[in-house]
Formats: sequence, structure tokens, C-alpha cells
Amino acid sequence: MADAPQIPDEAEVRARWGGFQWTPENAEQAKKVIARYPEGRQQSAVMPLLDLAQRQVGAETQTQGWLPVPVIEYVADQLDMPYMRAYEVATFYTMYNLAPVGRYHVQVCGTTPCMLRGSDDVLAACRNKGLVKGHTTPDGLFTLTEVECLGACTNAPMVQINDDNFEDLTYDSMTAILEDLASGKQPRVGPQIDRQTSCPEGGPTTLKEMVSENHDYRGQW
Amino acid sequence: MSDAPAPAPAPFVGPLDDKDRIFTNLYGFQDWGIDAAMKRGDWDNTKALLEKGQDAIIEEMKASGLRGRGGAGFPTGMKWSFMPKESKDGRPSFLVINADESEPGSCKDREIIRHDPHKLIEGALVAGFAMRARAAYIYIRGEFIYEAKVLFAAVEQAYEKGFIGKNACGSGYDFDVFVHRGAGAYICGEETAQIESIEGKKGQPRLKPPFPAGAGLYGCPTTVNNVESIAVAPTILRRGASWFSSFGRENNKGTKLFQISGHVNKPAVVEESMGIPFRELIDRHCGGIRGGWDNLLAVIPGGSSVPLVPAEQIMDAPMDFDGLRALGSGLGTAAVIVMDKSTDIVRAISRISYFYKHESCGQCTPCREGTGWMWRVMERLRTGDADPSEIDMLFEVTKQVEGHTICALGDAAAWPIQGLIRHFRPEIERRIAENRGGAPIMEAAE
Repeated sequence: MADAPQIPDEAEVRARWGGFQWTPENAEQAKKVIARYPEGRQQSAVMPLLDLAQRQVGAETQTQGWLPVPVIEYVADQLDMPYMRAYEVATFYTMYNLAPVGRYHVQVCGTTPCMLRGSDDVLAACRNKGLVKGHTTPDGLFTLTEVECLGACTNAPMVQINDDNFEDLTYDSMTAILEDLASGKQPRVGPQIDRQTSCPEGGPTTLKEMVSENHDYRGQW
Repeated sequence: MSDAPAPAPAPFVGPLDDKDRIFTNLYGFQDWGIDAAMKRGDWDNTKALLEKGQDAIIEEMKASGLRGRGGAGFPTGMKWSFMPKESKDGRPSFLVINADESEPGSCKDREIIRHDPHKLIEGALVAGFAMRARAAYIYIRGEFIYEAKVLFAAVEQAYEKGFIGKNACGSGYDFDVFVHRGAGAYICGEETAQIESIEGKKGQPRLKPPFPAGAGLYGCPTTVNNVESIAVAPTILRRGASWFSSFGRENNKGTKLFQISGHVNKPAVVEESMGIPFRELIDRHCGGIRGGWDNLLAVIPGGSSVPLVPAEQIMDAPMDFDGLRALGSGLGTAAVIVMDKSTDIVRAISRISYFYKHESCGQCTPCREGTGWMWRVMERLRTGDADPSEIDMLFEVTKQVEGHTICALGDAAAWPIQGLIRHFRPEIERRIAENRGGAPIMEAAE
């Protein structure tokens, strides 16, 4: 548990977040989410509601957001479940931040497929911009985390920053992305080389008709 | 080497024609939306597919030879047939679609969901109808944020057109599709952990039995299928089982999305015929191995949990379930991780060990303790800071983790290490000798 997050002081957190409530839009959204599950099974909504709560905290603090304990309890109350059951969920899944993070949560994939394609260079680019694994930069802009496979392996190496994927990275393109974000610019999302999604670089080897038109292959069946 | 007789190596009939590819918008050159998808042939008189009847659909799927695309390769039609034909106690049945794609190397479900989501939703209806399910829950991994947005919107579109919901496609059958987002846990790709997660709990696998087909989601009969298995179903039903089974070898039928990552010149996702030789796959679609074929070191052919295969064995091997099993590995999800001779092979496997340490759910002791222990030993083997006898000790421990846990994560953590020791033992021994600053040590130190 040495790498477990440092949970902030509870008294301070309760003072700041004890009065957490949904915004009107999120209250609506929460109702819609709960309606996806059968009657009496509202506990199923705990994961989407924790995500929604984290996003609301993020919007209020200008960060990616995190889950203060009173906010977890607020969600548990709404779903009529014991607090412990909600803490269990919040601590089990990695996407719930249990401590505050920066404006941009830089999540570098370091698993083998990315490692083979140069995730070390991506991490080096982060390090040279002052990002330290597991910490937030002093200006509150970046939090760096090395994460496990994010499922974009043919576009390795890649990084997820808040909701956006940046793929096919090099040391230079990662540096450029961090510089753009620091100066308030939105870098281009997706592959950072001239490539359409997971298509081979330089153009497809199959289904070439699809490039220019929405081709219907049924005529050849 | 496995004892199972490998099927006769049918001559490979050449690359798949574009007209026989199921996922025509794989790269997202065109719109994923419902109107564009219908022009490509999705939702084309789905009612007629449903009118074949439940049993006929299941028989057709069985005849097609489709084996589950999530890694285990269980025959899909047979899986559907385990579901109860009628509810004796009023419990509904559910279909759960596994889009928790988290196996290192795998990235096919992502392409289906963000570029061809209507194939999946139509498949959900057809499969759900065949197994008499009341609704489908699509469990998409939390990190697929954009993909989940697309999927939510695509489901919305299908409802608006009346293709799902009450009287789906005018068939008289009521069927709902819901999307459930995960939040970052590899283990939720295991079917019972996934069910726990949908119920709003920690994703820890359940003991089996009871199997999900008897008591799954909310205690109701449930089938969990991979995204690709479901998304290919409508096309199989439209074109017939014999069309699908005309590709690949006996027992290894159909087309498959291959995901090639690592040291190839052009990594890509591509749909090909099952059983395509490895060399053909790489040369045709990925621009060859980085530095040429002589530079190939080893390949992990089915995602991180299958053992690696050394270059000389994989080069001309057929890429299918039985072909790779004969090499002591497996097709898994067809996530092909290629490693050239610049790879620090011990580090590559050690990093996989770290992955499993990170993702162990902590329920079973051999896995919770074993994954961390194995990773720590792997890290010492990487630098050579170990004793030669520890190689055998590590192998022994992997054998003690394997098969002694509720789910297969323990096995998945053990196999890559076993593969490394089986094929690259001299490299590990070389590092240990080098670390000791001398010539290789001849006697086994105790």
C-alpha cells in the first residue's frame, strides 16, 4: 500500500465538501442514470454517479476532479447503500481520484506494448517539463501518473490527459503537447503522426474505397 | 507442445476480399451514425433475421463455427444455447456484452465501438432475442471515454428509429440496451467480476458454480459475450453459416480482427481470415518487421497473458486457436505484440508481471501475494541480481499460482513468465553471470 494516495485531512475535507450537492443538470443526469437499472437495484448506479460527482468536483476546482469522503457519502445516501460499500467501490477502481489532482491529469501508459514503442521517451518528456510521477506540479497544472494498458496498443505509445487520448507519441510531440496545455492551447487529439486512427501509417491496405466514400460492399456478396 | 492433434494445415487461400470483411468502417473514414451505418448494410431488415426464430438463430451460429472472440474461444452458439428457454420462476434473462477490453495488446473492441457501433447494437438485439434476454448491458471500460460517448449516442439513435426498445424492429419483441461504464479495473473483463461491477460492487470474481447462465446478473440467467462475438452475429445470419465457415481451418473458422503492435513498421488493426500465416499478416498489412525478418526476436501472439513464441517458431505459423496452441501459446484476443532484437525481453515480461500485480483484485492469496512476489523476482532477474537457482524457484512458484485461484488472472500472470523461462533461459543466466562479473558459473549454486 506504499503507493496508495495520501488521503487529505478529514476535518478540512468535511469543512470544504460537507455541503456537496448536485448541480441541477447533474441531479437530472443522476436520475437518468439510476433509471437504467431495475427497481431496487439502484446500487448499480454507484459507479456512474461517482464519476459524475468527480466531474462536478473537477468543474468546481478547475481540475480533473477527485472524490472527497463527504461526496462519496452523498452518493451512497442517494442510492441508499452503506457508506462502506461506496468507499469500497471508490478505492477499488483506479479512475476515481482519492486525492486532489491538477488541472490536467497526465496518464502515461507504461505497459509492454507502449514500452516497446517508447513510453520511456514519453515519461522522459514529462520529467523534463518538471512532472514527477504521483505528484502535482507546484503551479497545480499537471499531475503525472503511470497507468496500465489503456487499450490503444496499435497507436502506442499513448497518453490520456483528462478525457483526451494522444497517440503515436515521441519525445518531441509529448513535449509539444505539454507546452500547448501549459499555454492554454488545445493540442490536436488522437494520433500525433499523419495517420487515420488504427489504420496503417501511409494509408489502408484494405477497404480502400471507404476512404473517399461510404461504400456499400453488399453488391459484391 | 500440446498433445492435441493440430488440424490439417489447409492451404491458405490468400487474403480476405474486402467484400468479405465485416467491419467495413474499421478505421472510421466514414460516419459512425445510424444513417451511414444503414447505407453500409446495418439494420437491414433485422426483423427478418428475428423471424428465423430463436432456435434457428442459435443453430446457425453453431454451424458457423464462431468461437468467442474474447480470448477463451468457447463456441458462441453453444454458449447461447445454455440459456433457459422459458423462465419458470419469473426471473428475466440478461445479455452482458464485455467491452472492458484491457488485455495489453488488445484494441479491437475500441475500433468497433467508435466506428461501427451499430453492428454491436444490432448484434445485441439478435443475440439477446436468441437467448430470450430482456435486456443487454454493454460494459465498456472507463478509460474509453470518447468511445462511450459514441456508444451512448448510437444506442439513443437506435431507440429513436424503433430498432430497440418496445417492439424492437417491429418484431413484437421488447428489448432494451443499456451502457454501463467501468472505472479502471482489468479484472472486470472476467465475466463474474463484470457482473459484480454492474451490480455496483468491487469487481471481484465469483466462485463458479453457479455459472452465470444459471445465476448471473441480479441472480438472473446471464450470458457474457465479447463485443466482437456479438458484432459479427448479424452479418453471419445475413450471409449464412457456410459463408463464415468458409474461412479458416476446421475448428478455427471465420474472420478475425488482428491487432498488431510493437516492432513492426506500421502497427495496425486489420480484419483477416483466421489462420493467416504470421508472415503474411505482417508483410501484407504492417510493412514487415522493423529491421527485417532477421531482426525478429519473439512474438506474444494473443495479448499479454499468453506465453511468447520465439521468432523461428512463429514465422510461418497459422494465426488461429489450434495453430498457436500447438506452439505452447494461444490466440487469445489476437493481440499480436511483436518484439525485435533490440527488445530487453526480460524487462518486457517483467513489465507484464507488474501489470498483473497492479490488477490483481486481492481476493485469492496465491494471486494477491504471488503476482507481487513474481514481479519482484523478475525485476532482479532483469538486472541479473539473482541466484541461478531462483530461475527454477520462480518457475515453481508460477506453477503454484496457476490453477489455484478463483479466476484466470493467476494463470495469466504465470504464463508469460513460464514462456520466458522456457525460451530465454540462457539470456537470464547470462545476465546473472554478467552481474557477478565473470564467466558463466558452471555449478548450480544452492
